[in-house]
Parts: sequence; C-alpha cells; structure tokens
Amino acid sequence: MLRDQDRVFTNLYGQDDWRLRAALGRGVWDGTKGMIALGRDGIVQVIKDSELRGRGGAGFPAGLKWSFMPKESDGRPRYLIVNADESEPGTCKDREILRNDPHRLLEGCLVAGFAMGASACYIYVRGEFYREAERLSQAIEEAYEAGLIGKDACKSGYDYDIHVHRGAGAYICGEETALLESLEGKKGQPRLKPPFPAAMGLYGCPSTINNVETIAVAPEILRRGAAWWAGLGRPKNTGTKIFSLSGHVERPCTVEAVMGIPLKELIETHAGGVRGGWDNLLAVIPGGSSVPLLPKSICDSVLMDFDSLREVKSGLGTAAVIVMDKSTDVVAAIANLSHFYMHESCGQCTPCREGTGWMWRVMTRMVEGRAGVAEIDSLLDVTYQVEGHTICALGDAAAWPIQGLIRHFRPELERRIIDYKTSGAPAGASQAGASQAAAE
Amino acid sequence: MPKLTIDGKEIEVPGGLTVLQACELAGVEIPRFCYHERLSVAGNCRMCLVEMGQAPKPIASCAMPAGDGMVIRTDTPVVKKARQGVMEFLLINHPLDCPICDQGGECDLQDQAMAFGVDHSRYQENKRAVPEKYMGPLIKTIMTRCIHCTRCIRFATEIAGVEEMGALNRGGHVEITTLEKAIDSELSGNLIDVCPVGALTSRPYAFTARSWELRKTNSVDALDAVGSNIRVDARGREVMRVLPRLHEDVNEEWISDKTRYACDGLARQRLDRPYLRKDGRLRPVSWDEAFRAIAARLDGLDGGKIAALAGDLCDAESMLALKDLMAALGSPHLDCRQDGAKIGAKIGGAGPRAGYLFNTTIAGIERADAALLVGTNPRHEATLVNARLRKRFLMGGFRVGLIGAPCDLSYPVDTLGAGPETLSELAAGTGAFAEVLTAAERPMIVLGMAALARPDGAAVLHLARALAEKFGMIGEDWNGFNLLHGAAARVGGLDLGFLPGDGGRDRDGILDGVHGGDIEVVYLLGADEIDMARLGPNAQEGAFVIYQGHHGDAGAHRADVILPGAAYTEKNGTYVNTEGRVQLGRLAVSPPGEARADWTILRALSEVVGQRLPYDDLGALRQRLVAVNPVFAAVDRVEAAPWGEFGEQGKLDGAPFGVAVENYYMTDPISRASETMASCAEVFGSGRAGEATGTDG
Amino acid sequence: MKVTSYRAGEAGDFAFTEDNAKRAAAAVTHYPEGRQASAVMALLDLAQRQNDGWLSPEAIEYVANTLEMAPIRVYEVASFYSMYNTKPVGRHLVQVCRTTPCWLRGAAGLTDTCRDQLGIGLGETTGDGQFTLVEVECLGACANAPVVQIGDDYYEDLSPERLSALLGDLKAGKEIAAGSQTGRQSSMPDGGAVTLTELPERAPAEPGRAVPGPEFGDPVSPGPVSPSGEGA
Repeated sequence: MLRDQDRVFTNLYGQDDWRLRAALGRGVWDGTKGMIALGRDGIVQVIKDSELRGRGGAGFPAGLKWSFMPKESDGRPRYLIVNADESEPGTCKDREILRNDPHRLLEGCLVAGFAMGASACYIYVRGEFYREAERLSQAIEEAYEAGLIGKDACKSGYDYDIHVHRGAGAYICGEETALLESLEGKKGQPRLKPPFPAAMGLYGCPSTINNVETIAVAPEILRRGAAWWAGLGRPKNTGTKIFSLSGHVERPCTVEAVMGIPLKELIETHAGGVRGGWDNLLAVIPGGSSVPLLPKSICDSVLMDFDSLREVKSGLGTAAVIVMDKSTDVVAAIANLSHFYMHESCGQCTPCREGTGWMWRVMTRMVEGRAGVAEIDSLLDVTYQVEGHTICALGDAAAWPIQGLIRHFRPELERRIIDYKTSGAPAGASQAGASQAAAE
Repeated sequence: MPKLTIDGKEIEVPGGLTVLQACELAGVEIPRFCYHERLSVAGNCRMCLVEMGQAPKPIASCAMPAGDGMVIRTDTPVVKKARQGVMEFLLINHPLDCPICDQGGECDLQDQAMAFGVDHSRYQENKRAVPEKYMGPLIKTIMTRCIHCTRCIRFATEIAGVEEMGALNRGGHVEITTLEKAIDSELSGNLIDVCPVGALTSRPYAFTARSWELRKTNSVDALDAVGSNIRVDARGREVMRVLPRLHEDVNEEWISDKTRYACDGLARQRLDRPYLRKDGRLRPVSWDEAFRAIAARLDGLDGGKIAALAGDLCDAESMLALKDLMAALGSPHLDCRQDGAKIGAKIGGAGPRAGYLFNTTIAGIERADAALLVGTNPRHEATLVNARLRKRFLMGGFRVGLIGAPCDLSYPVDTLGAGPETLSELAAGTGAFAEVLTAAERPMIVLGMAALARPDGAAVLHLARALAEKFGMIGEDWNGFNLLHGAAARVGGLDLGFLPGDGGRDRDGILDGVHGGDIEVVYLLGADEIDMARLGPNAQEGAFVIYQGHHGDAGAHRADVILPGAAYTEKNGTYVNTEGRVQLGRLAVSPPGEARADWTILRALSEVVGQRLPYDDLGALRQRLVAVNPVFAAVDRVEAAPWGEFGEQGKLDGAPFGVAVENYYMTDPISRASETMASCAEVFGSGRAGEATGTDG
Repeated sequence: MKVTSYRAGEAGDFAFTEDNAKRAAAAVTHYPEGRQASAVMALLDLAQRQNDGWLSPEAIEYVANTLEMAPIRVYEVASFYSMYNTKPVGRHLVQVCRTTPCWLRGAAGLTDTCRDQLGIGLGETTGDGQFTLVEVECLGACANAPVVQIGDDYYEDLSPERLSALLGDLKAGKEIAAGSQTGRQSSMPDGGAVTLTELPERAPAEPGRAVPGPEFGDPVSPGPVSPSGEGA
C-alpha cells in the first residue's frame, strides 16, 4: 500500500482545516518561490521527467501539454485554465481538493501558470459545486492577502491572478474547448480543432486546460523531484491517483492510491470490498461512465492504470470506479448512462445529437427486452456510427458503455428479448439476477 | 502552395484552403450541409468526413486546413460508411414529407440522401416534432425539418449583421429561433437560400409551384441601383419568385428582400391597356385612339412646350427612344432625375462620368480602409452595398463615419454630424475623423441622394469632390469617390444624356414651367415619384400628361393618356448600376394584356406623331445606344471613369441631410403594389428598427 | 463595441438590487476589458437568485442589456445550462441525482419518496410554492451516493427515511444540515479512514524560500533530487 508520506492529498477528507494556516502546516506553499526559480523550462522538464499524465480522463502527458504553449510571446496574454467541471458520473475527487485542500490547487495554478507564461488563471468550477466554489474563492482571497498570488507572487517577481468561474450545469463544459466557450459567455459547445487551445484558446489567446488533480500534484512533484513521482506506479503510469469508489461497495469513498494498484486490492482495501463479497461482483466501470465496463473475470486481475485498462478495452478515465454487484440490472445501469449522454449532448453535431437519443431509446427497450435480437447488432452499429464521427469525445463516451455492455453481456440482452417474446412481458427486476449467469 | 494527395492523385493548391476546398479543386465532390463558402466554418453536420493519412478517426474536411504532404482519401469504406451514418442520423428525425415540402426538387438533403445515403432506415422510435417558429412575413418555418446546420444563424449574424437568430436548448432539443420576432434584416430572404432543407422556406411562395415547373430566366434587378443579378422563375405569364444569381462583383450570391419579394407586385395594379381621360375619367381605349389623342395634342405645339421625365425603373433603350423623340419634336426639356438630384452638368450632358458613379465599385469596397458616408443609409438605399461595407468591416481595420441622419447599418459607425456644416469642417481637416481619413491608404466617400437632391446639392457635390481630393481618395489605381444611387435607371439616363438640352429645363424647371404655362405637355416615362400636384389638377388647368408605365401608381392617376408598358421582368432592356456597370435585363414573361415593351411603344408613337424613330428592332436601337455613349457596349465591364470637374461651388444650406428612402419596402410602383412588401412595411414600420437601437453608440 | 444590429432587450421592471448591481460589476472585473460577456453566467445566476429562483424573459433581457449582448445570445446561454430555470420554481428546488452511481444506491427510491411526500411529479411545484421536484444528472458526489441537492447544498448518503426526515423538516420550516446524513466526514470511508493515519510532522511551509537546495526535496522522497528536479 502507498505510504502515507507519499500521498499528496494529505487533507483529502478534511480532517484538517482547509485554510491557509493549516495548509502551510501540511507543507503546501513550501518553497514555491524556489520552484519558480527553476524557470519555465526547468519546471516543464521536471513534469516531463515525472511522466505525470493528465488526471482529467485522457491521460495526456502533462509536461508535453505545457510545452505546447508558444515559447515566444507575441503580445497576446496567455491563460491557464483549470478544469474543475467535475461531472463524469462516478467521479468525485476534485470536489475534495476544492473543498479540503484548495491551497494545494492554487499553488499548482501558480507554478503551472508560470511554466507556460500565463498571466492569469481561471478555475472553472461546475455550477452545482456552489459551496466548493465559495471555499475556493475564500482560499484565493487568503492567497492574495498573503502575497502568494497577485503582484509579485511569492516574491518571485511574477504577477499572477487567479479567478473562479462558476459553470451552470453542463457536463459538456468539461470538454476543454466547450469550457473555453462557456468561459467566454457562450453555450458550451466544443470547438473544432485545429486550432488547438495552445495556439488559440480563451479569447483567441494561447491557453492550456488542465484537470484540478493534475495541477494540484504538480507542486509536490517539483518539491520532491521527478524521480519520486516516477518511482511510484509503473512506467508511463506513474505517481499517485485519487480514486472515487462508488456503487455496490461496502464503504464508498475517495482515496489516493498508487497508480497501477490492482482493482481488487483497491476495492477490498479501501472500500471494504464488494457488497456481499468479491464473488458477488458482476461488473465494474473502472474509469467513470465513459469507459466500457469490465465483467468480474477481468476485474479479478486488472491493474488500475491507463495502459493496463486500455489493454482490456476500457480505460482509466477519471479513475472513478463504479461497482455493480450481482443484484444489478446491468442493462438498466448502462441505459441510465445513455440517458445521461443524451441529456448532456450539446446538440451541435449530428451523430451525437441524433445518436445519443436513438441509443437511449433502443436501450430502454433493451432493458425490457422489447426488441429484436438483430437490433443488438444494429444498436452496436449505431454506436460505431457515433464513435469517432463527432466534434468532441462525448460521442465516443456515449458509445463505449453500450459497446462494453454488448461485448460482455450480449447473452443477457438476448435472454431478455427472448423472454419478452415468450412471456409478452418486460423483463422485471426479479430477472436481473440472471445477469450473473450471462456474465460468467 | 501545399501539395496533397487526394484519392491517389497529387494536387497543388493555394495556401489557406481547407481540405474540402482542395478536394473540390481536385474534382472530388464532398457532400456537406453546414459548410457554406461565405460563412464561418461550423463543422457540425459531419457529412464532409474524409480519411486523412494516419489519423485514427475521419476528419471534417471543411474545417481542416490543407497541409503539405497530406494524404486524403474520400473513396474508402470508412468514408462511405461515415456518410451513410450521418445521412441516417439526419433522417431519423426528419419528417420525410418531401411531397408537401416546398424545398422538394431543390433540396440538399434529398439530393445527398440519394447520392450518399442508404435506402432504408433502422430507426423504429418516434420522431421528434418541433413547433413552428414565427420569423416574419417573409419566412415560413417547418422546424421539424431542421437539421441544425446553423447556416441561418451564421448568415444572420455574420452577413446580415443582425444578431436575432439563435439556437436554444441543447442536445436533441435544440431549436432555431428568432424569439418569435420577425427577423429585422433586409437580407432575410437569403436565409431560405442558405437553408439546405425545407425548414426555412419562402412564405409568399408557399405551395404555389414546384421548382421543376418553373421557367428560369437570368436577369438583373431594377428595384435599386445595385443591379443585383437575379433569376426570374415564372410559370405561364406569372413571375412566381425571384432568386439571386451569383455575381461576385455585385451581389455575390445574395439579394435584398425587396428584390426577392416585391415580385407579387408585378401581378397587381397593372396597366394592361391604353387609357384616355375623357370627361375627367380614364377610359380604356385602343392603342390607335390613345396615340391619336397624343398626336392631336401635339399637333402644332411648339417643341419648347413639351417636356419629359424618366422614372427610376426605366431601361436605357426606352429612355433613349424618348430622348430621340423629344429631340425630333424640338424639346430640350428632359430630365431623368425625378428626385431633383443635382448631379450631371447643368447644361450639355452629364459631365465627367466619375462625377456620378460609385467609382470604387462594390467589390472595391473590400480594398478600402476607411469610409465616409454622407447623406445616405446604404442599408435601405442599396442593401447589397451595405452588405459589402459590413463584409469589409468584418475583415478588420475599417472605420466608418457618417454625416447625416443616424441609422443602424449593422456595423459600428461614427456619427459625425447631420449636415453640410460637418462636411465643410471635415473638408477643412478638423475633427477626429479627418485623422482617420488622412491615415487611411484607400479612403472612400459615399454620397447619397439625400445629400444631393436638395437646393444646395451641386455645392455639396463640389465640396465632396474637394474633400475627396484633399484626403487622397483619388489616385492612380484607386478612386474613393462614390455616388450611391437608388434608382436603377439613373446612371443609364445620365450616360445617355436624358438631361436638359440647350436651353432645356430640369425637373424643377419643367414643373415650374407647367405652373407658369410654359410647358403644356409632359411625358412621364415611368415617373411616379414627383409631386403630381405640380402638374396641375387636369389638362385644362395644368399640363397634358402622358404616362407610359406598367403600374397604376401616382403617374397614371394624374395622366390624360396612359400607354401600358412593360415591367423589368417583361422586356429585354439595358440597365447601368451605380458603379456604371452595364447589364442586360431579360424578358421572363410577356407584358400583360395589351401592354408592350416600352421602346416599341415610343417607336409606334413616333410614327403617329410624324417623327418616325430610325430603329425597327432592338438591335438597331442598341447600336444607336452605343453610338450615343460607347459605355453601353461594355456589358458587365466596369472601367475606371476619368476624373474631372463637377459640382458647383456655392452656398451651403444649414439644413441637415434628410433620408432618401423613407420606407424601404415601398420605393417604387412595383413594391408599392406588392402585398408582401405591404405586410413587411406593417411589421417593421416605415422607419424600420434601428434608428433608436443603432450601432452608432 | 456592438458589431451587429439587434433590438435592445426588454427588461420591463426587472433591475438588479443595489447589492446585486455591485456583485455584477465585480463579476465583470474578473475578465479582460471588452470581454464582459464572460460574466453572463454569473449575472444570470445573480438574476435568478434575485428573481425567486428562475429567469424570466425580463431578467434575461436585463442581463443582455447590462452586458451589451444581443438578447438572443443570453437566451441561448440561459436555455443551455441546466441550472438556469426558465420557468418559476418553488422555494426549495429538490434535485435528485438520477445517474448510475446514485441509482445503484437507491436514487429511484428517493424520487419516489419525494413524489409521495410532496405529492408532485417530476418538474412540478407544490401548490404552496414550497417545493419543486426535478431529477438531475450526476452531481459529482458519487462516493456519498445517493445524493440530493436542495438549493445550493448537497445532502448525501441518503435513504428514503433520511430524505423523508429532511423534507419533513423543510416543510416545518426548520433548518437542515447539509452534507452526509450518516455523519461521515466528506468521502472518508464509513467507519474511519484507511489511509492518512500516520502522517509525519512537518515544519511550517515557507512560500518565499528563494533558493532551491537540498532542503528543497522532501525527506521522505525515495530518491535523491537535484535542484533542477531531475530525478536520479
């Protein structure tokens, strides 16, 4: 198990106070001026060496992303934008950082912003996190008062502002370019790329968008060195990660663990195990709603990191582990997600606008078995017609859960259809238990 | 010059193109719905997906810049499947009501479904239904057909400059709306052209015809002086609709709402037979009787007592025929400036052509870097010129100053003052805008008729000319001096010299002459915009009025003889637009009843009055036109007009410049007869929106 | 600067209170000059709070005028984001999270509880104007599922009984405590943290420490760290 001294988020649960005084006691804002003294290239190099990958879902190497910002200034301001629009079903990690350790994030905002030559930072907090945004704003005030940010931040000679921008209820604003649109006061509709934000981002200026957790761990990596971070986890999948454990576990929680921790160990050690024991496990969505689910057989041995989960045709995503035990109506669970994606589609591009609604409608029939067996393949085909054809990744995210369901639970879908045909009644909850047979 | 490989074929394309444009150059057709070459790229329909090199996913070719070494494939199974997929998605919630859809037969969705779709749908769920939206008297909406390409929103916001259209909600609930308000733009009709499906269609045209039943005639518009290129679609003897025709240098692919929608006025209030006033009342008569009545009145009358005024819709041929007839009758009293604009030399022709043209040219506006508008509201006087000014504004680095009545032109304007005084100050180099003009490399000035159709018009013209020279608007390859005409006939009339001859009277001279008894016969060739009261109440107490024209408007009401002529869609005629561009209008339908092409009426009349005009066909008349002024030979060619002296130094009036077009929707006999224009006038009010909510602030 | 033509918003009687006008002005200062449209979300939120929890057309058009935006652009924003209510709502907006992580832990039962106890369906408001019931998508508190948001606060670790008690208190006009309804801290596992139990004492931080040196590295770090951060 990860040693406590290797954990970054030492106030994850808010056992300690969130305010500056307490944060200083936890080592936040320690030697920040010294980090800035490393210079832009120096900071980026440490982050590159640490092999830190973005914590927002895609797992893009953070140092590389920072290095995309133009080297020379052309007079345009630059922005760091922190994506705190945490809305991926299953995910509730950034919320803990925002409300329990906001200064860790702010320190990250400063050093990351400095590393990319930004003059200001906007933290885009999902609208529903009203209290979290409130607390973050108070932390920002404290930081200004203490001279940690603002003019001559940390006495480094560097001027840097941090602003909070509240969203208002739109999952799609977690997509980085939709977030930029929203920040500019428009509907959150993703932009076409290219141009990429590093060239033309907020207000047409070079911008980099990072997840809260990515930014919040950066100062600690700089404090302790790239080797420390790279020494945790597995190559290319380094460091620690906050996991959100929800669903049918004994003790749902968030927890910071090492990257590459076995899924079974994660659930059993930190969440008290699957409700009714490991053998009562039906399936796990390992990385937030957008990634395909895994049946128990894979869960038995899979490691929780980007590359391991990709190998089993799923993904680490936001490391939000949604556990489903054998009482779960797995088709309904995925249909529920289909509703989510339909509801959250911005409506801009055709495959997503039309496809998410179509998929949800078919899925609701699949839940009851009110469909033809051939429709399973036609549904699968529709998911492929959406996947890869949209402006942003929401289309893919809507397609993958269904693909995962069909990949691992096709017999269950067929059973419901046949049952419905023979009995003339929708598959009821009583039949949900049959999911387990299908999965094994 | 990036070099790409498209479907195995190497092609070098100019820099700055998208992959879609490169494919077009390579002769590869890329289906699309949201992409429109004149609008910003939305990339939302996903119909134009192609495969690019090693990219894991197909890319939207409309949004991807063409880069050197790119390998593009449009003929792979992946692309075919992608297109079929998008087509299927577009159709699942489309009502497929093509048999009752006005877009049927000219619908992108229909055409592309045939070419790139599959022949069945797997969608078994209920279709979405979207409530209709009100967008005003011109646009009919059937929003269930909408495919959310957002072309309409982009057109309204970018080209029309009217930010009143948007998409509410999200996901499958997205709805295009103008918030139940009529869209306040004179370009709104173009929305139905940019709509690739039948969601936005023409309200007046609804359910009247199918596109394949229509006879299509390429022509030019005569309802303003832009000379927009149009296609007149007719069935039988009726003009069913008017559509824009591409002309990059004039109207691009847009037309104004009046150009498009006034056509129902062509079928109303028509003069379809000759009339003669007997006992105070107009009575239908034969052509012969009408001509003989005129001949009788002219018999023995001194030519100096005859005068002629030409209206705003006249073709050059008929004006020349009337001019020749007047000369034969011995009358020097001619004027084509029925608004009394002080342009053209006082005596002896029009003076240098540069003195009355829009010399910069419409397309040339895009090269200008500052503009001074004087006594004009181009949005109402020449909608497409205003669209070009807005286009130039959007390119950046373009300041516009206005002297005259404040107006909302859809782009920011510095309102500098109201009248000649401000113009004088600016000409003297005072004021902040003088610095703008000085700093500009290619500044331009636009004089509207409201600045010139006034007693001190010649002095204003003179002052403007001096200002243009002072600020370097006249150069080797740049002429920034412009008159913005409102009348399609005007420049042609000036070019052929439909102006007072030696000792001749101008408009005011003629009308005053009637009052004084010096003028006894007035020939109105489609002239309806003069104060008819000045012609006297009847032939006994005023002038004997011959009205030749197509509509029972002001002129016909006062007339003693009516000779029914042809509207611009009913004759082959030459028009010269405000730039001096000679264009040919073509006969799309025959004139109604006994009405005839105007020059033939004059030719016939000339014989009856014993002054036979020497041309028997249009060809001969056009030769005569070229002989009078060689510019008429240069069809659709605009050549730089030589600079010279024009205008007249004089005292300036203190009065502010007025408004040339009081009611955009009712400027001429055709639009005044149009029910569609009447409903627009009612909805938008004669003053139009904007004066209070303008961009001038 | 206005670069298009549009009708000014018709704000009717709606106007910000003095306090809200100040808040609105402050919100605008967070964005660069000329980018005041960025504050549209903040101003819509203010307007909604001032207007009993919903955005009337007048409020929307008032915001448009305040920020010099075309009204249609503000309507687009107001209709796009789910937290803006374009119809009147009750004093307590009860938002039941319906998405899978909450659903797995009984969210559907919470909706039923609300229906039964409040006597209204989804999207409806009680006759006394006290409650509006809606289902929302993932609220991002999945480790504390199932979750209901009432107003600005989250109520976590709910069961039908616990929610019923909350609703009863609200009906009775009592204050209710936000957060976990089982008394656990944040998203710590029930019964106590498994991690963060043996944190070392550390000296208070010194933000202004200028020179990165050996002391810069944390003593618990497993490998040596050079000032440039290049790990050995």
